[in-house]
Amino acid sequence: MTMSNPTPTRLTPTPGQTVGPFYGYALPYNKDRELLAPGTPDSIRLQGTVYDGAGHPIPDAILEIWQADAEGNVPHRTGSLVRDGYTFTGFGRSAVGHTGVYTFTTVNPGPTKAGAAPFISVVVFARGLMNRLFTRVYLPENEDALAADPLLRSLEPERRRTLIARRDADGGLTWDIRLQGEGETVFLDFEGSDAGGAAQ
Amino acid sequence: MPEEVTIDIFNADPITEDVSDDATEAAPTTHASAVPALDAAAESQADLSAEMKAIGEAYAQALRNGAAAETQPRLDYAPYRSSVLRHPTKDLHHADPETIEMYSPAFGHMDVHALESDLTIAHNGEPLGERIIVSGRVLDGDGRPVAGQLVEIWQANSSGRYIHKRDQHPAPIDPNFTGVGRCITGADGSYSFTTIKPGAYPWKNHLNAWRPAHIHFSLFGQEFTQRIITQMYFPGDQLFPLDPIYQSILDQDARDRLVATYNHEQTTPEWALAYNWNIVLTGSKRTWTENEALGADGDDHE
Repeated sequence: MTMSNPTPTRLTPTPGQTVGPFYGYALPYNKDRELLAPGTPDSIRLQGTVYDGAGHPIPDAILEIWQADAEGNVPHRTGSLVRDGYTFTGFGRSAVGHTGVYTFTTVNPGPTKAGAAPFISVVVFARGLMNRLFTRVYLPENEDALAADPLLRSLEPERRRTLIARRDADGGLTWDIRLQGEGETVFLDFEGSDAGGAAQ
Repeated sequence: MPEEVTIDIFNADPITEDVSDDATEAAPTTHASAVPALDAAAESQADLSAEMKAIGEAYAQALRNGAAAETQPRLDYAPYRSSVLRHPTKDLHHADPETIEMYSPAFGHMDVHALESDLTIAHNGEPLGERIIVSGRVLDGDGRPVAGQLVEIWQANSSGRYIHKRDQHPAPIDPNFTGVGRCITGADGSYSFTTIKPGAYPWKNHLNAWRPAHIHFSLFGQEFTQRIITQMYFPGDQLFPLDPIYQSILDQDARDRLVATYNHEQTTPEWALAYNWNIVLTGSKRTWTENEALGADGDDHE
């Protein structure tokens, strides 16, 4: 059963601020990037590099992913911060290393409805990045589903390409993020035009 | 009781607030009298302040011409030099949230121990500084409490020093203070942390750059699109007009949303000063179930 909000009171959202340089002792936690234990059957590695506008890797970015499980179900399980090694919570966090590389151990998400193109939701934070950026990484298979995807359909081919991962020989996914410049990743605004702010 | 927080850094990267990638690292200065050598080539506060003033005046003019007030920081805000190569130059692309984006990871008391909200008890002794209680509520843009969700904070100690090996500010580390806390919001969206008021600290954006005292806050809503990380400031800080990170929010009303208020009623006699700060996330994109609307989300009902 659903009910609508009885008294809608639109409040103005609190501004974001940069994550800064010193999150390293606060946000990372044990097994933060292991949505599944490495080596689990059907687990894959999702990895990539975060680049700045000069094409240099960014050594102080931190990413989070949030995704459906292999069957396309949205997880509703606690335990992302204290992993029990069995429960798939759908959430992971990975600070990049000094070469700008992040890694996650996860599964290929299933389609959340029939015919939908599976993707992983991603949020990016970095020193020097004033506010978080949302994006998506799509699995490269099933071109029909990708062609029908509402977001991908709304993008020019060279921009669309930035949201689709490459399938590695070992079954993993590689997907780089470019904050600026040539091949700049498509970042998303979910708020529409009424949220105020400059392109937030 | 949280485990003793290790001061071994996961993210052992060359993190400084320098602009250039090849900035020479100053030798760590631990002696109290060792004042670091100043970089004569660095830009002055006057240069930066003039730049910030020009951007602020252009914004004020745009408002007078009927532009909508900005509620978030500019991603492209050159006075924060590290942002120059780290902001997208293309407009954010509008997307309607789908499936996974309309839900949030679930956190609960399995993830976070109740004592993690007290940053003053993580070690054997009392930390130095002004003990404070920071509390408030997390609401969504429709005014509904964000119940059962994760709040994470981190901050400098009372001397303005972070427990981070790349923080080279020659201010003392406090062996009794790490500066990391977490909690899960209550059914009414409430959170509360007991901590120490952080000090201001210098950084290398320009010569004589100092950050106003602040606490970093990381928040989850009931939908992943509501995720934010931000900073809470303290009222009346004289560094506000000088700080490019605070100033990257051009609108004064929006800036004020990051500043806590002092609350004498909640101040505990002979113990701790109280500050209040409410956080508003973006509005919901999803029709809520009755349980959620009644604030029954979160864990402990698995």
